[in-house]
Amino acid sequence: MPVALLILAGCELLGEVIRAACHLPIPGPVIGMFVLAAALGLRTGLTGQKKTPAPLKPAAETLIANMGLLFVPAGVGIIAQFGLIRHQWLPISAALLGSTVLSLGVTGLVMHKLLLLNHRRLAARAGTIQPHPPADCANRNPLP
Amino acid sequence: MTTALNALWTPLSSTPLLWLVVTLAAYVAGRWVQSLCGGSPYASPVLIAIILVGCGLVVTGTSYTTYFAGAQFINFLLGPVTVALAVPLAENFGLVWRNLTSIGLALLAGSLTSVISGIGLVWALGGTRDVALSMAPKAVTTPIAMAVSEQIGGVPALTAALAILGGILAAIIGRQMLRQFQIEDLRAHGLAAGVAGSGIAAAQIAAIDETGAAFAALGIGLNGVLTAIFVPVLIALWR
Repeated sequence: MPVALLILAGCELLGEVIRAACHLPIPGPVIGMFVLAAALGLRTGLTGQKKTPAPLKPAAETLIANMGLLFVPAGVGIIAQFGLIRHQWLPISAALLGSTVLSLGVTGLVMHKLLLLNHRRLAARAGTIQPHPPADCANRNPLP
Repeated sequence: MTTALNALWTPLSSTPLLWLVVTLAAYVAGRWVQSLCGGSPYASPVLIAIILVGCGLVVTGTSYTTYFAGAQFINFLLGPVTVALAVPLAENFGLVWRNLTSIGLALLAGSLTSVISGIGLVWALGGTRDVALSMAPKAVTTPIAMAVSEQIGGVPALTAALAILGGILAAIIGRQMLRQFQIEDLRAHGLAAGVAGSGIAAAQIAAIDETGAAFAALGIGLNGVLTAIFVPVLIALWR
């Protein structure tokens, strides 16, 4: 557990340092996520070791599985915005619902269609590698 | 009785420990309610916990600052958990790499849809400009959303509230909605959750599937980067 926390907090700190040094508009933890993913990818590339280091995996899984809890303190802050939300409840609730539904649908549908397309293209390419039966052979043995 | 209660309450109400325990208890209660409802996404433990704690604060007349002094220890873990999303991402690196074009295009489409429809709907229904601008970056992870909101002239605190409400909404309706479109692929579910609902929706997918978690992590990260870059430019053009 201490090793895992060291890796996670260390990457977060590194992310903060990179953010400050390069004046990036992206928060430290998000940079830290890409740094850790790159480091894990590099480790796999160099050592051929595909598995996540032993102490990191269970800690990451536990944190991610309970991620919802971590949003509660910030979420309670909504009550401070209650006045503004109540004042413009119609545009706020309609836009929140509408744009969340639209964004979910568009992202999911585009991804789904492109994955299908990709899959078909790969299947077609795999098909061309296999030798087709010669035309005359196909003529002599018509399909039943 | 009341004086005895007051003598107990007054010192207790100011210790950080009290609100830490209350937050944990509210979330455990939320999870319990969800399991009572057969694991239904409509019984969102995050939403239940927020309502319980919110009612607790209102009833006891406690300020958000006092509450946050205790709850900040939980809030602090948001950083490490964001970094931890690198683990499912790295474990599915091959899958992500093979689908990079699809991910990029779906992300671009979903991100633009979220920002433009958010601004458009507020504007069309007579909302004020600062509310429209606060709505624009609400789909991305809260710290990026707040920073962008501040930069473009929104209200960062309102954006934070909208980001969390939007995330809860996406977690509640996401899976069922995509299934209505005959989408079962967890890569599409994960990416959509990450792009439209960031962390809270991702938590819902991550609990179900690791590939979904990887694509959700990517959706959160890439949509954050994309939004931080293009929303300020878009707003500058709109002005």
